[in-house]
Amino acid sequence: MKFIDEYRDPAAARQLAQLIAQTITRPWTLMEVCGGQTHAIVKFGIDELLPKKLRLVHGPGCPVCVTPLELVDKAIQIASRPGVIFCSFGDMLRVPGSGRDLLFVKAQGGDVRIVYSPLDAVQIARDNPSSEVVFFAVGFETTAPANAMAVFRAEREGVSNFSMLVSHVLVPPAMEAILSSPSNLVNGFLAAGHVCAIMGTEEYEPIAKKYNVPIVVTGFEPLDIMQGVLMCVQQLEQGRAQVENQYSRAVRANGNESAREIIRQVFRIIPRKWRGVGRIDQSGFALTEKYAAFDAEERFGVSEYQAEESSECISGLILQGLKLPHECPAFGSRCTPEHPLGATMVSNEGACAAYYRYRKND
Amino acid sequence: MCLAVPGKILSISGDDPVLRAGRVSFGGVVKEVNFAFTPEATVGDYVMVHVGFALSTVDEKEALQIFDYLRQMEELAELESEPAK
Repeated sequence: MKFIDEYRDPAAARQLAQLIAQTITRPWTLMEVCGGQTHAIVKFGIDELLPKKLRLVHGPGCPVCVTPLELVDKAIQIASRPGVIFCSFGDMLRVPGSGRDLLFVKAQGGDVRIVYSPLDAVQIARDNPSSEVVFFAVGFETTAPANAMAVFRAEREGVSNFSMLVSHVLVPPAMEAILSSPSNLVNGFLAAGHVCAIMGTEEYEPIAKKYNVPIVVTGFEPLDIMQGVLMCVQQLEQGRAQVENQYSRAVRANGNESAREIIRQVFRIIPRKWRGVGRIDQSGFALTEKYAAFDAEERFGVSEYQAEESSECISGLILQGLKLPHECPAFGSRCTPEHPLGATMVSNEGACAAYYRYRKND
Repeated sequence: MCLAVPGKILSISGDDPVLRAGRVSFGGVVKEVNFAFTPEATVGDYVMVHVGFALSTVDEKEALQIFDYLRQMEELAELESEPAK
């Protein structure tokens, strides 16, 4: 496929690996922010092409992973109610809450449906006016305009039996949380390309400056990631800390204006709890007052409470780049994708799940 | 989760900017995609598609920059490896 295959060319990847090896003189630790990038790095063995001096650690950019246990439990509560059609992207269905998961609810006769787009959930609501249709809106900035559009359309078209369980998080506050930790190891970031396709690159400028850290907006194919690594290493070796854009074929400096406009209308910024990391200020979205009637938490009155996480899980350290998956004693034995102990094993894009899938026999 | 896949626009219809949609081919697999966020996109363009929405048009010139860069690096390496006269 055009714009995919050419970015997987092995000869070009080797050339980039050679350029990285020629550039690096000191040890550096880089973090890729997005779970899609983590998945590509482990799948294509990109980390194994890099010099030993360079350590890649994996960031918190897997929205399924960082959705708190309490919200999964709320989803399960709502989906278990009679008269509810609960819609979600497929990867949330097998994420266990404190006890069960959404697939269990479905097996027990609950009407749980996998949708490709949030607009599909709005259509299901139109087609089933006597049911309450709830969409589990999980995601980063990339998914926010699509989810915002679903609410916007439901309001405009009077689809009042539609509502949304919002679990939206934002990348820059999480990067700042990592950088401001006294134990931080990260020297440079590969920023999440598709998040920046929406939001642009400007909001990263103050972070690069404040923490003196290079931030390279990077794509998702092997050559993108390797070029992102090269640009980041060049900056570190030259003592620069700038925002650069490797993924210029998809990312403009000011992002996508019309997408940002609908986000501004439908969502407001609030503090959010990240599974494995904890509460981060101004790090997520909730519906604005105008659209509050579409908030499933309000509509179904699901209560606030604290859920207990496994004490053995080190996903918090992994999500902050302080540990790698195979450094956990539970990895692959007491913790597997079928029986995950925590955040980074629950989704395909989680670092532990990617290592389990591609590296468990190493 | 933040996966977006490049596809080629085959058709666009609808006057309402919010409802503007059409067919996009992903290497032969055709899907219906909403173009509310890419008002500039026209038939034949490539767009990055995420959960049924085109998020960005692919800039075909920028798409070549990595290959131009690698070619330049190769030429530079060849120049450097030539024996001094």
